[in-house]
Amino acid sequence: MSNNVSLWALFKNGIFGENPVFRLALSLCPAVAVTSGVKNGFLMGVAVLFVMTMTNVTVSLLRNFINPKVRIPSYVFITATWVTVIDQVMAAYQRAVYKEMGLYIMLIVAFAIILSRAEMFASKNKLLPSFVDGIGMGLGFLLALVLLGVFREFLGKGSLWGVHILNAKPLLIMIMPAGGFFAVGLMMGWLNWIDRKFFGGTGGGGGGHH
Amino acid sequence: MWQHVLTIFIASALINNFVFSRYLGLCIFFGVTKRMETAVGMSFTFTAVMLIQAVLNWIIYTYVMIPFHLGFLKIVIFIGTVAAFVQAADTIMKKVAPALYYKLGIYLALIVTNCIILAVPLINADENYTLMESMALGLGSGLGFSLALIIMASIREKLELADVPKSFQGLPISFVLTGLIALAFLGFSGMITL
Repeated sequence: MSNNVSLWALFKNGIFGENPVFRLALSLCPAVAVTSGVKNGFLMGVAVLFVMTMTNVTVSLLRNFINPKVRIPSYVFITATWVTVIDQVMAAYQRAVYKEMGLYIMLIVAFAIILSRAEMFASKNKLLPSFVDGIGMGLGFLLALVLLGVFREFLGKGSLWGVHILNAKPLLIMIMPAGGFFAVGLMMGWLNWIDRKFFGGTGGGGGGHH
Repeated sequence: MWQHVLTIFIASALINNFVFSRYLGLCIFFGVTKRMETAVGMSFTFTAVMLIQAVLNWIIYTYVMIPFHLGFLKIVIFIGTVAAFVQAADTIMKKVAPALYYKLGIYLALIVTNCIILAVPLINADENYTLMESMALGLGSGLGFSLALIIMASIREKLELADVPKSFQGLPISFVLTGLIALAFLGFSGMITL
């Protein structure tokens, strides 16, 4: 895994092939919770991207020092450390947003996607591939959140990133709790349809993994 | 005071239901609701663990973290407590109640990295709840989560027989369904004004 081509493939895998939200269906809680607006979705995505990359890097650097018997608790504590860092940073610089979604930032620590990448990838690979894998997966997550945010904010409030575009609120329900579930469900179904129609896939995204 | 405790209990079970209005525990929610039996087993385990964690972490937060100004370490400490508790419960149950262990043991393992267990002590710490209020939140959230799991499991058993479009089979249709139940739960929101 040392040449650029496979690094690129790794990068793309996180964004398309194994997109955490739409394909692996992991870590869905924040995907529904914070995407009522583009800005919240984006900031949450950035937080996850940071934690994901740093955890992957740390685990990869320490992989020869961690006893396999205590690896899972060690990974959890590494993740918890980086989450504390981003939690404090967000609390300091993004106060308004933090008030709304502080709980979900703290709960990044319990994300299945981060632990599973540390366990399945970073603990077995060198620094550079782990770093790229973290960025790819993190960006995949970010992209999914922004996509959902655009979809929900536009339909729910007629605005994007707080800027009004339409003078109406086409579907108010989209920014309410129920709308979040509808948005994720419809988006997943739509992506499955594209996958089956144009790429000849099985369309099994989100079909029972968890 | 009792009125306030009762309010927190009902609010956390119905109005701020973890699944339908706080969107927590979705992985478990979609993972175990394919069969009624697993959903019921999971409900028992989660309610018990949430109540115990609410008490345990309240004690640690009030008597250790506040006096030593360790509030900023709450994420690390709470997840440590959850992990240690689950490991201990796992070992003790295997020795003391093997029958129960084989029924519920697999669910215990899933609990460590689960956001709803961690959310209970975090919300308690943020709101500065007393012990009784923390217990009310733990129990209420646990029962609310159980209610969600059981409703969803009963619907999904029927869904097996339905003719769902191919692209929507599996998770997508479950999400749409959850949205519909969440709409119904919206009706509770006028019940109590907090």
